[in-house]
Amino acid sequence: MSSVPAIRQSAGAGAARAARRARPNVGGYERRPGIVTYVLLGVALLVGIAPIYYTLLLGSSDPVAIAQSPLPQIFPDASLFQKFGEVMNSNAFDFWQAFRNSLIVSTVTAASTVLFSTLAGFSFSKLNFRGRRPLLVFVIATMAVPTQLGVIPLYIIMAKMQWVGTLQAVIVPALVTAFGVFWMTQYLEEALPYELVEAARVDGASMFRTFWSIAMPAARPAAAMLALFTFVTQWTNFFWPSIVLNQTNPTLPVALRLLQANYFVDYSLVMAGVFIVTLPLIILFVFAGRQLVAGIMAGAVKG
Amino acid sequence: MSVKSPAPERVITAGAPRPPRRVGFSQRLSRWDVKVSPYLYISPFFIAFAITGLFPLIYTGYVSVYEWKLLGGQGEFIGFENFAAILAHDVFWKSLRNTFSIFLLSTVPQVAVAIVLAALLDQNLRARTFWRMGVLLPYVVAPVAVGIIFGRLFADQSGLINAALGVFGLDPVRWHVEPLPSHIAIATMVNFRWTGYNALIFLAAMQAVPRDLYEAAIIDGAGRIRQFFSITVPQIRATIIFVVLTSTIGGLQIYDEPRVFDELGRGGSSQQWMTTTLYLYDVGWGTQRNLGRAAAVAWILFLIVIVIGSINFALSNRIASSGGHGPQRRSRRQRRAAARSTRRP
Repeated sequence: MSSVPAIRQSAGAGAARAARRARPNVGGYERRPGIVTYVLLGVALLVGIAPIYYTLLLGSSDPVAIAQSPLPQIFPDASLFQKFGEVMNSNAFDFWQAFRNSLIVSTVTAASTVLFSTLAGFSFSKLNFRGRRPLLVFVIATMAVPTQLGVIPLYIIMAKMQWVGTLQAVIVPALVTAFGVFWMTQYLEEALPYELVEAARVDGASMFRTFWSIAMPAARPAAAMLALFTFVTQWTNFFWPSIVLNQTNPTLPVALRLLQANYFVDYSLVMAGVFIVTLPLIILFVFAGRQLVAGIMAGAVKG
Repeated sequence: MSVKSPAPERVITAGAPRPPRRVGFSQRLSRWDVKVSPYLYISPFFIAFAITGLFPLIYTGYVSVYEWKLLGGQGEFIGFENFAAILAHDVFWKSLRNTFSIFLLSTVPQVAVAIVLAALLDQNLRARTFWRMGVLLPYVVAPVAVGIIFGRLFADQSGLINAALGVFGLDPVRWHVEPLPSHIAIATMVNFRWTGYNALIFLAAMQAVPRDLYEAAIIDGAGRIRQFFSITVPQIRATIIFVVLTSTIGGLQIYDEPRVFDELGRGGSSQQWMTTTLYLYDVGWGTQRNLGRAAAVAWILFLIVIVIGSINFALSNRIASSGGHGPQRRSRRQRRAAARSTRRP
């Protein structure tokens, strides 16, 4: 039934477009889609938001209500903030320490990944040197190697250096990624004209100065996406931190796990914890999600 | 600019006591700069990879042929005994079965839904950025958080999903007891987090499809669905292969979600949802504290990833190009040529 209007609509769109053929068609279909599209997308959006909302509901319920009913209430209430307070003052772990740890790890890795990836990307895309192509192919090939494979020797190395339980153990392996190098190379390839680099060189700028004042500003949009992406990845990272950090000095996801293991009866507390851990990323996403979306879009077109 | 910029070099040489040699020195410095800088700039990645990627890869192989305990450290050389012990262990095979089951249950629906979602987004929507961002939102929820949330949603006694099933008169499913339901629950977590992300990657590829192809199809009388299967899907097959490959590599290493699916984190009472990576952790840091055997698990997993990845690649290549006529095959060759030329800087 629904296909009949769809065909009629598309035929109409085709005819309409034929009449306006001279106009450049940049932004996709010109025709506005029908209500069905919005309903389907709305459903997808709800499916995405519902579990987060459910977290809020359970977080503001008391443990008894949770045990009795899967859906204790329809709206979260003020007791949520009390639960937040309980999580922050929990005996299971030091919340602010874990928060600070996560912030340090995510910020430092995001900054260093952007810096080193842009440096390498600038080199691969705009500088001439022997072995440039095979080396770049090698970088791309390393993306296929499963990271979790090296966990055991990495742990042994960290143990030998007495880094187990410290933040360096989490930060150092994540300082620069193959994805980042590949990403910045792709971007600078197109976004940075050779002429600019040459002009800077002719004017007598050193290589690093050229990088810093010419390549770095040109790389800004892609760098923003890479920074966000790295930040999210590290903030949510669990496997490696759960191995190399001990319980007295966790990051937030590791701490969350402790909370679940220690207080498994009190699900409202666990859920409040889940929400608190997620909240900073949601805030970040609301303010910078546009950049993240634009970045994913820009990168995949070339891939 | 040309007046200002020599300044930094003069600053560099200003400390030198004899000015006459300045030009020669700065030239030499500049030539050295040109030669060494590129290597210097790419070196952080290679140093990092050598220490945290390549060395561990080889060292894992080394550890796997030794007796090696978490606390005791390196013991004696035992050849392939660790591998034999692992392969003789029931739980290993169980974990492999679970991994494949969860991997299939997550990858197949995920890719299918992501493509459809992308096709919906690939229209002249109102508030386009809003929809795109909305689809990506689940991606910022940490896998551990997703695991805990869905662990509750799929709770056997008081879970919302079972309550909803009850409304339709269905019996509650024992998500944390039966193997297949637990796999479905865990696959749902993976799909929750990654479907939107993959949809955006597909969307990006779709936007690169030339619009006149659709115009031609519309004039030929093709409906929406026909356009989707005859134009969109063939045109974005490189991206489909990419997404299938990355979700394969990720799916075979799944760890976070099954780890937090219950409080104990050991893959269920009879390991019914223990994945191979979880098993690796359990052997190395859990019950056995045997790093040698854990290393053997890691190597077996690595080989499986490579084999499955290659099969996957060959298969999706075949499927993507099958049923193709002349122009399609030509376009693949062109695509390869294009890929080659973009790789060359």
